[in-house]
Amino acid sequence: MKAIQDKIIDWVQPASSVLELGCGDGELLARLVAEKGTKAQGIEVDDRSIYLCVGRGLNVLHEEVDSALHDYADNSFDFAVFNGSLQRVVLKPEVVLQEVLRVSRRTIVGFSNFAHYRARYQMIVKGRTPVTPSLPFAWHDTPNLHFLSIGDFMEYCESRSIGIEKMAFFGEGGPVRWLPNLTALTGLFLISKKAAE
Amino acid sequence: MTEKQGTALKEGIGLVETQYFTFAHPPQQFGLDSGEKLGPITVAYETYGEPDADFSNAILVPHAFSGDAHAAGWHEGAAKPGWWDEMIGPGKAFDTDKYFVICSNVLGGCKGTTGPSSINPEAGKPYGIDFPLITIPDMVRVQARLLDHLGIERLLSIAGGSMGGQQVLEWLVSYPERVRSAVVVATAARHSPQQIAFNEVGRQAILADPNWKNGKYYDGEPPVKGLSVARMIGHITYMSDASMAKKFGRRTGENGKAHPFANGFEVEDYLHYRGLSFVDRFDANSYLYITKAIDDYDAARGGNLSDVFRSLEAKLLILSFKSDWLYPSYQSLDIVRACKRAGVDVSYCEIHSTYGHDAFLLEIDEQTTLVSHFLKKVFGGGKGR
Repeated sequence: MKAIQDKIIDWVQPASSVLELGCGDGELLARLVAEKGTKAQGIEVDDRSIYLCVGRGLNVLHEEVDSALHDYADNSFDFAVFNGSLQRVVLKPEVVLQEVLRVSRRTIVGFSNFAHYRARYQMIVKGRTPVTPSLPFAWHDTPNLHFLSIGDFMEYCESRSIGIEKMAFFGEGGPVRWLPNLTALTGLFLISKKAAE
Repeated sequence: MTEKQGTALKEGIGLVETQYFTFAHPPQQFGLDSGEKLGPITVAYETYGEPDADFSNAILVPHAFSGDAHAAGWHEGAAKPGWWDEMIGPGKAFDTDKYFVICSNVLGGCKGTTGPSSINPEAGKPYGIDFPLITIPDMVRVQARLLDHLGIERLLSIAGGSMGGQQVLEWLVSYPERVRSAVVVATAARHSPQQIAFNEVGRQAILADPNWKNGKYYDGEPPVKGLSVARMIGHITYMSDASMAKKFGRRTGENGKAHPFANGFEVEDYLHYRGLSFVDRFDANSYLYITKAIDDYDAARGGNLSDVFRSLEAKLLILSFKSDWLYPSYQSLDIVRACKRAGVDVSYCEIHSTYGHDAFLLEIDEQTTLVSHFLKKVFGGGKGR
C-alpha cells in the first residue's frame, strides 16, 4: 500500500542508513535511496527477488532474517524496517526484534492488525479465521506465521521497555486515527530502545 | 576455421592472442612469501575490449585452478573459445563494449606464465621441484606487477570463482586501494580440511606415479597416470550427485571394459577421458604447486577476516551455488559475515543450481544478470572514490 510506504519514507531521515528485513523486490529501498539519499541494505530469502533488487542497484543479502542479524555490530544502521515481514518471514519475533533493536538505532515495524472489527466479526459471529484486506489469505495458504493486533504490539513494547516514538494507522481508505485497534487494518510504529535508567 | 568458430567469431570477441610480459630480471628478482627470489618471471595475459583514457573501466579476471590467460575469444584454429567466453564479450556480463578485461595465467602455472615446467635460466633445464613454493599472495603480487606494466592504477572490478575467488579476496586484502569492486564466486577465505583432503589425494596420486621421478620427468614420459587420477578426483568434486545422475545415469559407455574391474559405466569413461585429456594441457608439477598454494591460503592470515576487511571501500558481490559441495554456501556466508562486521557494502546470492561447483562456469544467465547490474552500479557511481 502506497500510503504506508509514503509514511515509512517520511519517517526515515535523509542520508541515513537503512536495513530492510524481508525487502522483497526492493521497491521501498529503491524509493528510500532515490527520495532520501539513504544507504540501503536489504535482506531477502527469495532468490527471484534478489535478482530484482540487484537489478535496482541495491545491496541485498540472500539470507533468512532470523539468522542474518547476528553479525552486525550494535547500531550498525540508523533505521531497520519490517514492512509486513515481522509476521511473515521471522520464526522467532521476540528474538529478532531484540536483535533488530540492537543493530539499529530506530526500527519501523508495520503489520496487519488481527483485531480489526471485520476480523473480530468473522471470528466471533461467523466462527471463521479472519480474512481481511490486510490479511487476505485463507488459513491453508497464508504466508503469515504470527498474528498480532495493534493492542498486542503496544502492550509488548510496554513490557519490554521499547519506546514508541511515532505511530500511524491505516484503514482501507487511508489513514485512520480513531480507535486504531478496531478500525485500522495496518499499524505502523517507529520504535527504539529506551535508554538505560 | 570450423563453422561454429565462424559464427562465434562474428558474435563474440573474435580472434585473440596471448601476450607476454617479462620482469624481475636478475639481480632485481621477485621476492616470494617463502623468502626465496625468482626471476625473470614471464606473465602470459590477454585483454579484451578497449581501455578508457584512465583505465577506469578495467576489470581483472583471475582464473580458477586449471584455467589460463585465455578467458575469452578464440585462438586461431582452436576447437573451443576461452574458459569464460560466455561471460566476457560484447553485451555479455563483462561487456567488452564498455569494459576492458584482463586475464593472466597464475605464477606457478603451465600456460605461459613462469612455473615449474619453465626453463630455470641458471640450470638451463626446467625447474621441476627446484621451483620455489608459491602462494596465492605471490600470484596476486605478480598480477599487480602486470597492471603496473599496463599502466592500470585502480581496477573497476576484479572477478573470479574458486581459486580465482581466492585471488579476488587476496586483492582486497593486499591492494584494497586498487580495487573499486569485487565479484567473489564459489570460493572460501580458507580451505576446510575436506577441501585440503581432496587436493592431497590428487597430489599423492601424482607422487605415487613412478614417472613423476621427483619432478624430473621433463625429458621423458610424464606422470600421466598420476595426473589423470588427480584430475578424475577433481571432476568428481566439481559435479553434484544430481548432475552426475542426470548426465550419466547408470548407462554404460561405448568403450566397453578397460580393465577387468571396470563396469563400463559412462561415468567411468567420462572420468578417464577428462583425466587423460587434462594430461595434454597441464603439468603435474604445476598441479602440486598450485594446489598447495590453494590449501595454504588464508585470507585472514589466521585471524578474523572482518579485521582484515575493516576500512575496505570496495563494494562486493558474493555468489555461491546451492548444489556446490566443494565450496559450500556456508563458506561464502563466512565472507558475507566478515563484510557485515566490517561495514563493507555487500550483496550475496545463493544461485539455485544442480551443477555443483561447475555451476560457476555453467549458470551463465543468473550470473550475467547479477554481475552486469552490479558492474553497472559501480561503473555508474562515478570514477572517484
